[in-house]
Order: sequence, then structure tokens, then C-alpha cells
Amino acid sequence: MKGMTLIVKTMTSLLFGCVLLFVFYVILTGHLTPGGGFSGGVICAAGMLLVILAFGADAVKERVGHRWAILWETLGAIGFLSVAVIGFIAGAFFAQFLTPSLQFKLSAAGSIPFSNLAIGLKVGAGLFGAFLMLAAFREGEKADRDSGEGDQ
Amino acid sequence: MTAALAVLYGVLAFMVIGAIIAVETRDLLSSVLCLGAVGFGLAMADLLLGAPDLALTQVVVEIFAVVLLIRTILIREDTTKEFIRDTPHVAFMGAVLMAILLGTYFCFQQMTAFGDPPMIMGLGYIREAASAGAMNLVTAVLLDFRAYDTLGEATVIFAAVLGCYALLRTSGRKQEQQ
Repeated sequence: MKGMTLIVKTMTSLLFGCVLLFVFYVILTGHLTPGGGFSGGVICAAGMLLVILAFGADAVKERVGHRWAILWETLGAIGFLSVAVIGFIAGAFFAQFLTPSLQFKLSAAGSIPFSNLAIGLKVGAGLFGAFLMLAAFREGEKADRDSGEGDQ
Repeated sequence: MTAALAVLYGVLAFMVIGAIIAVETRDLLSSVLCLGAVGFGLAMADLLLGAPDLALTQVVVEIFAVVLLIRTILIREDTTKEFIRDTPHVAFMGAVLMAILLGTYFCFQQMTAFGDPPMIMGLGYIREAASAGAMNLVTAVLLDFRAYDTLGEATVIFAAVLGCYALLRTSGRKQEQQ
């Protein structure tokens, strides 16, 4: 899987930054506009899928491998849990520990943006890792089959 | 309002037709494309019903699923078998379909009117949403009122990805004896 043609590669490298920018917009303003952690994470994974399809799984694995996917997913999970545990300051698991203001602002919603960010990290890295695993599995299977035919 | 409802019914009819074609067609690729059409129709229905959060997620997940299925189909040869329907089979299917339609009809008789929340809690969420500070009501419910649900959902995704890693790993697998 060497990837697709030059046109697809050029368009992907131009578009990928815009996709990541949109991901940050969707996640960070999840409490104001439609979107949030899960949507942003899935969009991030879809952008990564675009890169994997255009450049091939090997080129992606050289830059961000499974270790990065696992690391970011675990960091997202720990982040979401720590937002929940910090709620004990306010008295209970998942309690709002900042005072939300009733304004149409980025910082208005207390702890909700932190939860959104953690969930976005978790979902994006998790789905990206799963798809990278699928691509790697197919290549490994093909290599096994080729070597088996060579033995015969 | 009636015009929006007419558009909604049109989208729903489009989804039903797409689903029937996806089941009935012989070609796997056409089937997957029809499935994608059903998914995008669902996203449009979400938008018409005023659920942009859901529509956004639905569109992206649909793209993800269709791309994955097309990639899978392109490397697999078609192994579908000719499926012959005889008269008892058709009669049985008709009976099952009628039973499902009747059951759905009686279930829908019991439901509240379209747009009314079936539980009093829903009204409470709408009334108290401003205190969470999130202007987006869906986020306020997901991450403040019902954060436990979101934690469970995150755990489910974590377990699914973990299962993916365990099933698809390339190192540490025993070679099959042939």
C-alpha cells in the first residue's frame, strides 16, 4: 500500500490542516455550538483515515505509530477521570468545581470544556489506532500469504 | 411546520427505499453505497428534527463506515450465493412482517405526542440547563447532568479499541498448523 496518486496526496496535505483546525473548533466550542468531544474526536480520526488512505499506512506509522495512539488515548481517559475526581473539591464525583457564568463565552461552562477536550483526545486516538491496526493486519496477512506461496 | 414535516417524510421514504435496495441487490458494492445513502438520509432527518449535534456525528461516522466497508469489499472477491425464495418462505416472511407492523402500530398508540418528552426529567433538564453554563443543551446534559453515562460510553469505546488491538495484533500470535 504505497498510497494514491500525486493529486490525492497534494490535496490531502492541503486539507489536513483545515481538518485539524475544524476539530479544535468543534471540541473547544462544544458547549456553545453543536459538536463536542465525541464529534470532534471522530472527525479527527476521519482526517487521519484520509491521510492513511492517501499516503499508505507505512508512511503514517513512521511518524505516529501505535504507541502514540495508545499514549494519547490513555491520556484522554485519565484526563476525563481526573476531571471527574477533581469534582470531589466541590463535594461529589463529577460535580462542577468551577463556577459557570451565564455568558456566551469560551470559558463560561466551568469544567465542561476540559471534559470535552479529554473525550476528544480519547475518541480520536482510539479510532485512529483501531484503523491503523486494521490496515497493518491486512498487510501482515498479505505478507504471510505471499511468503507461504514462496515456500511452496 | 407542515412543509418541514413533508420534507421529513420524503427523507424517511428515501431511507426506506435505500434500505430495501441495500438488502435486495446482488452487488455488494451497490449494497454498501445504498447503506451509506440511508445513513446520510438519517443525518438529514436529524437536521430537520433540530438535532445538529447528532447530525454532525452521524455524517462523520457514516463516512468512516462507508470508506471502511468499500476498502474491505474491494479486496475481497464476491462470495454471495443465489438465494431462491419458495412459497412457504415468502408466506412466513409475510406473516412475520405483518406481526411486526401490527406490534409497531399498537406500540405507537401508547406513545406521547410527537415532540413531547416522555419523562418529566426532560423538562427539568431544559429548565435547569442554564445553570450549567453551557449554551448547548446537549453538552450540558452529556457532561454535567448525565456525566456518568458519558463515562460509561467512554469505557465502552476504550474496551472496543482494546478488543481491536487484542484481535488484530501481529506480534505474539501462534502460527496455525496446517
